[in-house]
Amino acid sequence: MIEHLLSMDQLSREDITEILDTAESLRQMTDRPIKKLPTLRGRTVCNLFYEASTRTRISFELAAKRLSADVINFSADSKSSVSKGESLKDTAWTLEAMGVDAIVVRHGSSGAPHQLAGWVKAKVINAGDGAHEHPTQALLDLFSIREHFKDLSGLKVAIVGDILHSRVARSNVKGLVTMGADVILVGPPTLIPKQAEGWGAKLVYDLDSVIEDVDVCYLLRVQRERLSEQLFPSLREYSAMWGLDKRRMDRMKDDALVMHPGPMNRGVEIAADVSESSRSIILDQVSNGLAVRMSLLYLMLGGRDEIEEAS
Amino acid sequence: MTSYLLTGGRVVDPVSGTDAVADVSIADGKISSVGGKSGAADDTIDCAGLVIIPGLVDMHTHLREPGREDEETIASGSAAAAAGGFTAICAMPNTDPVADSASVVEMVWAAGREAGLVEVVPAGALSKGLEGKEMSDIGEMARSMATVKLFTDDGKGVQDALFVRRTMEYLMAFDGIYAEHCEDAALAEGGQMHEGDRSMSLGLRGIPAEAEELMAARDIALARLTGCRLHLLHISTAGTVELVRRAKADGIAVTAEATPHHFSLTDAVLETYDPNAKVNPPLRTETDRQAIIKGLADGTIDSIATDHAPHADHEKDQEISYAPPGLIGLETALALTLTNLVEPGHLTLAQAVERLSVAPARILGLDGQGGPIEAGAAANLCVFDPEAAWTVDPNALESKSNNTPFAGQTLKGKVVHTFFRGRRTAAAGIVQSEVFV
Repeated sequence: MIEHLLSMDQLSREDITEILDTAESLRQMTDRPIKKLPTLRGRTVCNLFYEASTRTRISFELAAKRLSADVINFSADSKSSVSKGESLKDTAWTLEAMGVDAIVVRHGSSGAPHQLAGWVKAKVINAGDGAHEHPTQALLDLFSIREHFKDLSGLKVAIVGDILHSRVARSNVKGLVTMGADVILVGPPTLIPKQAEGWGAKLVYDLDSVIEDVDVCYLLRVQRERLSEQLFPSLREYSAMWGLDKRRMDRMKDDALVMHPGPMNRGVEIAADVSESSRSIILDQVSNGLAVRMSLLYLMLGGRDEIEEAS
Repeated sequence: MTSYLLTGGRVVDPVSGTDAVADVSIADGKISSVGGKSGAADDTIDCAGLVIIPGLVDMHTHLREPGREDEETIASGSAAAAAGGFTAICAMPNTDPVADSASVVEMVWAAGREAGLVEVVPAGALSKGLEGKEMSDIGEMARSMATVKLFTDDGKGVQDALFVRRTMEYLMAFDGIYAEHCEDAALAEGGQMHEGDRSMSLGLRGIPAEAEELMAARDIALARLTGCRLHLLHISTAGTVELVRRAKADGIAVTAEATPHHFSLTDAVLETYDPNAKVNPPLRTETDRQAIIKGLADGTIDSIATDHAPHADHEKDQEISYAPPGLIGLETALALTLTNLVEPGHLTLAQAVERLSVAPARILGLDGQGGPIEAGAAANLCVFDPEAAWTVDPNALESKSNNTPFAGQTLKGKVVHTFFRGRRTAAAGIVQSEVFV
């Protein structure tokens, strides 16, 4: 398994399949009444979060704890050393000196996990960096899609919204393309960089022109600060053109799915009744996140070797 | 003053058209003879296998003094220049305080003389505080001891076209050069690297080529309108090269420079998020790099300038989006030119010397710089070993700062001696600052 998980570029089809298969068996184990496995006993995982996060941080924390690792949560907020001007490098060295085995990092600056991996011996897992990547989100999304369609290859997946600023989109496009899916990026031209064609995706500005053909409609969060940057005229217009409401959803294929990485702006990119419809697997995405992150920690921190040695 | 006799070196001087092995003697700050008979000297230096060229002239150096003496001083930057074969450097005005008045440019000029290793030529700001709103004390700087010729708000472009027009017109009273850092601030806002496939995939906000080209086109139009001399700093895109080519064909008084990093590297080096490769204007694509090389070869781009921009380790060694742009270049400029332009045959050695010394000296109007190498001329010389391969080690450089993306790279061509006004400022690659204490 890879040394650090920084980008979906690092993972082959076989790697992704192994991570998802492992997640599946780990999930079966955690369905038992006692949810804990001893695999990572004595290992320390640090969640180093420079950006606010609820689901990703909690998901990683719970994943590590279910594998019996010790977990440290470090948030770069007003109470931490970062507020006193400590640099990422010094923070990394401090954590290293305390003997952490893995650093799960969320950072607003693209590439921060790359840079961190160059400074420490611990394994680095990218939990979202700027507008670059969010590989564990892509893995849990692949897992969630695979649960429904078994085979990802040949599936038509529309990712709708702010591709330009989205790390979720970058990781998902790479992961989906690697797994053989057809990816269509949908949104206003201001948010769909033409370079994205180079990622192997198709670019479409009109959601209605593809909604009937797709197997998955994956909606991205619309960040309200994009409004002030004049990337589209109003949230109302965005919602009318690229939001998924019930009327549009009803035109989708019978077995097509609706996904969202959260947190949702209900009434903007997704209507409330859509997010709660039977097509929506948004909550499955959250619970699958736990299994996928357990799988990664397990594979990257050597859980597999130990189990193989013991058997 | 020590007199020198340089024996057996290959003299390459595009001004006199010389390219021949000849002994060069130096006395009293001047070249006393080239070839032919030479008298006895205090110090005879065997230059067999070495090349003797006019001292290099850098139109674009950030010396950081006053304000950031932890990153570079006029003395340490002068030492880096001497080690790199330079005999004149043009000090950019974006210091703290900004060089927008006679007192600041005179301070820089005097400190340069004090250091005594190269001619430090201060540039003045176009606008007060580099804010692009009020004209700086242009006339007073031009008439000061520092005799400022080149005016620029380098570090950022001047956004207001009316301000550009008025300043260009005003500069003509002093035969000043309007020098622009071409960057439309709105288009470049928040940019970390060149906008293209790589920036999109790396998730770093890009600076489109058009941010440079729009301003270059505007300034060329205004230079035509006003008749002012325009110099475009560190041009980096194929489009800008084409704009300059067309402007020159139209007879507009425009000159341009390009940096060694823009003809040596592309945005591919950002794949590792190396903050030392973050620079403004950003490293561009291979197509742009080739266009820069072609522009240097056909003379569209007049000069190679370093944009030497020292930054403290603790500022560079952070998340790329927080790190300041810029890299040091004085000590790698000649080797990069030889390795990436002359060795592959894009430029002849004489053309390279033209771009590194003759043209910048001519643009800045510097007497005694940029050749010729002939009896009676000021002894500003660079002597280098064209065959010496060396590996860039930031800690071994004279600059106070270490921010170079070329660390660890092996380059061909090393400065051995530098002579500034007849004094040896670098000997066997070591700066001779004690000579002047």
